[in-house]
Formats: sequence, C-alpha cells, structure tokens
Amino acid sequence: MIRISGLSRKVGTRNILDAIDIEIQPGEIFTLIGPSGSGKTSLLRIIDLLDNPTSGKIVFDGTDTATANSVRLSIRRRMAMVFQKPSVLNTTVAGNVAFGLKFRGVEKGEIGTRVREALDIVGLSHLADRRAVTLSGGEMQRVAIARALVTRPELLLLDEPTANLDPVNTEMIEDLIRRIHQRFHTTIILSTHDMIQGQRLADRIAVIMEGRIVQVGSIHDIFYLPKNKDIARFVGIDTLVKGIVESNEEGHAKVLVGSVIFEVITPCRPGTHVALFIRPEEVTLALKDGDLQKTSVRNQLAGTITKMVPFGPFIRVTIDFGSHLTALVTRRSADELSLGVGMTVIAGIKATAIHVIPDSG
Amino acid sequence: MSIITSGITQAFYLILTLNPDVMQIAALSLYVSLIATILAACMSIPLGALIHFHDFAGKKVLIILIQTLYSVPTVVVGLVIYLLISRSGPLGFFGLLWTPEGMILGQTVLIVPITTGLVISALGSIDKNISDTLISLGATGFQKVVQIIKEARYAILSTVVLAFGRAISEVGVAMMIGGNILGQTRVLTTTIALQTGLGDFGFSIALGIILLTIALIVVVIMNLITAGLSSESQWVLGGPRS
Repeated sequence: MIRISGLSRKVGTRNILDAIDIEIQPGEIFTLIGPSGSGKTSLLRIIDLLDNPTSGKIVFDGTDTATANSVRLSIRRRMAMVFQKPSVLNTTVAGNVAFGLKFRGVEKGEIGTRVREALDIVGLSHLADRRAVTLSGGEMQRVAIARALVTRPELLLLDEPTANLDPVNTEMIEDLIRRIHQRFHTTIILSTHDMIQGQRLADRIAVIMEGRIVQVGSIHDIFYLPKNKDIARFVGIDTLVKGIVESNEEGHAKVLVGSVIFEVITPCRPGTHVALFIRPEEVTLALKDGDLQKTSVRNQLAGTITKMVPFGPFIRVTIDFGSHLTALVTRRSADELSLGVGMTVIAGIKATAIHVIPDSG
Repeated sequence: MSIITSGITQAFYLILTLNPDVMQIAALSLYVSLIATILAACMSIPLGALIHFHDFAGKKVLIILIQTLYSVPTVVVGLVIYLLISRSGPLGFFGLLWTPEGMILGQTVLIVPITTGLVISALGSIDKNISDTLISLGATGFQKVVQIIKEARYAILSTVVLAFGRAISEVGVAMMIGGNILGQTRVLTTTIALQTGLGDFGFSIALGIILLTIALIVVVIMNLITAGLSSESQWVLGGPRS
C-alpha cells in the first residue's frame, strides 16, 4: 500500500524524523507507538502529504509521491487523516462531513446520502443539523472520523485519536475504528502513546523513539520481546536485570544475577552477558516458600518489599533481592497477603515469562 | 438654553414630518457611504486574502503600512483625491470633482486600508488546524482559500460594518470632493458643518440625530455579529440556523 524508505525530516538543525523505513500492507492496522514528541505526528503529516520530507521516498500504491502538485492532490484524495485535536468548521455537523465530497465535486444528492451514511456509522445522525462548534470533544472527534470516512479513503491516518478523551469516549472511538476496519477493510495507520491501545487495535506495531523506528513487529514481539532497554521501559517492563549465562541445556539456561540464579529459556551460550526483561504482571507474590511450590514456577526469589505504588486497580510492588524486581498485584491480593513495605516475600516467575536478550553493554 | 431646546423641538418636527430636504440629504449620505463600503469590501477581501495566503519579502512592512493608513486624516485623502480628479489632475477627464461618484471614490480610498487590514487579521485568526484539515480533506489551493474566507465571515462582516461607520461619519472627503452642493453632493456631515455655521441649529440637530441613529444601528449590527448572540440573528446575517 505504502512504502517509506530512508525518510528523514529536519527542522532547523533538529532531526524530527531519521532514516524511517516501513512498509504498510493493504488492509492492516499499523500502529505507531512512542512517547510524546517522538515524531509520530510528523510522520503521519508527511504520509498525508501535508509536509515534505527532507530526504527519502514515499511510494503510495506504486506512485512516488515526490511529484507534481496535481498528482499529489489526487493521491491525497485517496487518503484521509484525523488529527489529534479535532477542528470543525463553523457550520452544521452534516456540513462538516460533506466537505471532502464537495471538494471532490460529488453531486449534491449523493453527498446527502453518503453524509447520512457516515453520520450513521459514527452514531451522530441525530446531531446532523447542530452547529459543529457546540459539540463535545468526543463528538467532534466522531465528526472528524465521519468526515474522513465519507470519502471512502483507501488509507486512513489517525493521529492519537483518543489522546484528549475520557475512558468512555476512548472506548467508543476504538470500537468505531475496529468497526470501520471490519466493514471497509480500510488500511489504517494509527499513532498513539498509549501502549495498551496499540495492543487493543494493532495488527503490527512500530515503536518510534526520538524520530527513529526502533522496532517493528507483532504485538507479541513488542510487548514480550522488546529489542532494547528503552523499548522495554516504554512497553511497561519495569524489571530489567543483567547477568551471565552459567549453563545451557537445550535452551533451558541458568543465568547468574548477582548471587541469584534465574532459570530462563534462551539459546544463549554459557558465558554470554544477557539482560532479562520481566513484565510486572508475570510476577506472582507469596508469603512463604511453600505457597508457590505446586505450580510450575521455576524461579522463586526471596526479597524485601521496598516500595508500593498504586496503579489504577493495581499496586506496583518493588522487591529488593539484590537487584530490583517489580510485581503488579491487584489491590485485593495485596490486602489478602497484607503486603507492606519492609516485608519479606517470595516472588515467583515462570522461566517462559522471562525475555532474554544478549547484552552488549 | 432656549437655542438648544428650540433646536431639538425643530429637529423632531423635521424628522417626524419627513422633511424632504432632510430625507434627501440622509439618503445621499447612505448611498455614497454604502457604495463606498461595498466597493472597499469587494477589493479588500481578495486583496487581504492575497496578502494573507502568500509569503513574500516585505509582507510585514506592507501590513504595518496598511495599519498606519487606518488613521489617515480624512482631509489628507480629500487633498490627494482632489489633486487626482480636479480638472488639471491626471484623472481630471472623468469629471468626478463635485459629484457623488467622486465622493464614493474618496471614501473608498479612505476605508480600503481598514477593510484590507482587518480582513488580513480576520483570516489570520483562523486556526492553522483548519487549514490543515481542509488540505487533508482534499481541497485545492483555491477551495481552501474560499473556505477559510467563509470561516472568517463573521469577523469580515464586522470589519465591513466598521468601515461603513467611518465612511458615513467623515467630513473631510465629502466636503473637499463633494463641495456640499445643495441637492447634489450635500450629505449629513457637511450639512451639519454648514448649518451650524449659519446658526440653523434645528436642522443641524435633526441631522445629528439621524447620524447617531445610523451609528446606533451600525453598533447593534456589529454586536449581533461579533457576539453571535442568538442563532436566529446569526441566521439572519447568513450564519447557520440550528
């Protein structure tokens, strides 16, 4: 659908985007995920042909986009973009949705039909005659989506479509995106800083950091097999410990971290320096040694709780066992175990839940 | 004191009996200033858009120059236009001096800087996101410009109303170009100046009241537009009804 190679954008001396290479397949939901200011919006704007790259190439459906303005216009008319901050024009809701069709010279009767259809999809039919500037943020974002949808784009660009919305509206918009994708098989590129949202919506994820794409892969790849420390941090892995492989029997390895042995699954040979990533929700806590024995939990570490931080309905518990380990437990289980700072607990981690990468530094 | 009270009494008499002289003078004032305002708007909207949507060297300087001309004295405009259209001037062959058309020309020149300058700021006040949204929706350059002008319509309309206020209340151009000829180029402001000098206060007060009434109407319209009071009033002025 769209192939981007060697793309960069400089503003002044600052590299906003650097050496971007991605290829987006027809019909997929491709998510750009990265912290604020990492270049997600800049990349989407370049794809929508609003800005020009400093160097590099974008090929849309076989056509190089670095071309005459008339050709760029016709390419742009095959896409649609929804901006992070929705802006509506000072006219009715229906009038706003009609713009794309009016610009394309679609005949009046058909505009009416298609606007009604688009408003129906986003659930705003009842507000068709309202002045758009009087809508709430969530409603405006749905107008923006209807406005994009009505032109039947082949590629839909969504720039943090839920960044300014409350959870209820966020869920509604996510649901809408899924329905649009199912119904029209539109190729969608979505940017978000919310990794959980990426997980909910994406077929493939690209992690973008400081203007570079640092990893592209499936949800599983990104969340369980992050390529480096920064990505691991960003996707919510708090625990990162370093060690040396002591022995390895057909992939079942023992890794020495300080004075503690971790059992992990890795092809790394003995003597290799490795980093171990452990997702906090994969760590289970118990009070005494015996409590975890019945399970297949290979790694059981005794440690002291040094910190407990509320995290929505969960509590992040930091445990010191020589190095630090973070566990995510529900409030209920924290209460049942009556966890508190200074207590000694047993942290259990399955060997398969530990992601191992060779550590160069 | 008796001069004032008798003047006011006479003024109401003149207005209520629809005195033909008073009516003729008021009508000419409205005619000259309305046409001047329409001409200025027709020039300023495209001109303002041209300046706003293009980047060129000296753009800032040009805008500052235009803003300076907001407060150009009416007599200076009168003088310049006089020199241009008097018999011996470069545009003398049109025979515009001492005619309503000459006054229209003068008032147009007087208010074009205001309308142009305020059209530029009206367009500038439209969010950059609106422009991006329009381009992203597939607008051509021209479609985008037209849509942004439409988006700024309330601000532009209030600009036009303001310019009309300046045109109808000025004396310099009307006096110097029109010449205050009875039945031909005599307008509200020039009459007030003349009649007051002659001691005919009733007539002057009557015209003053009419002028103030027009100003009142202008201000009311301005408020309706800028505050966008009810959706109904917006609808009357060309906005959406909802």
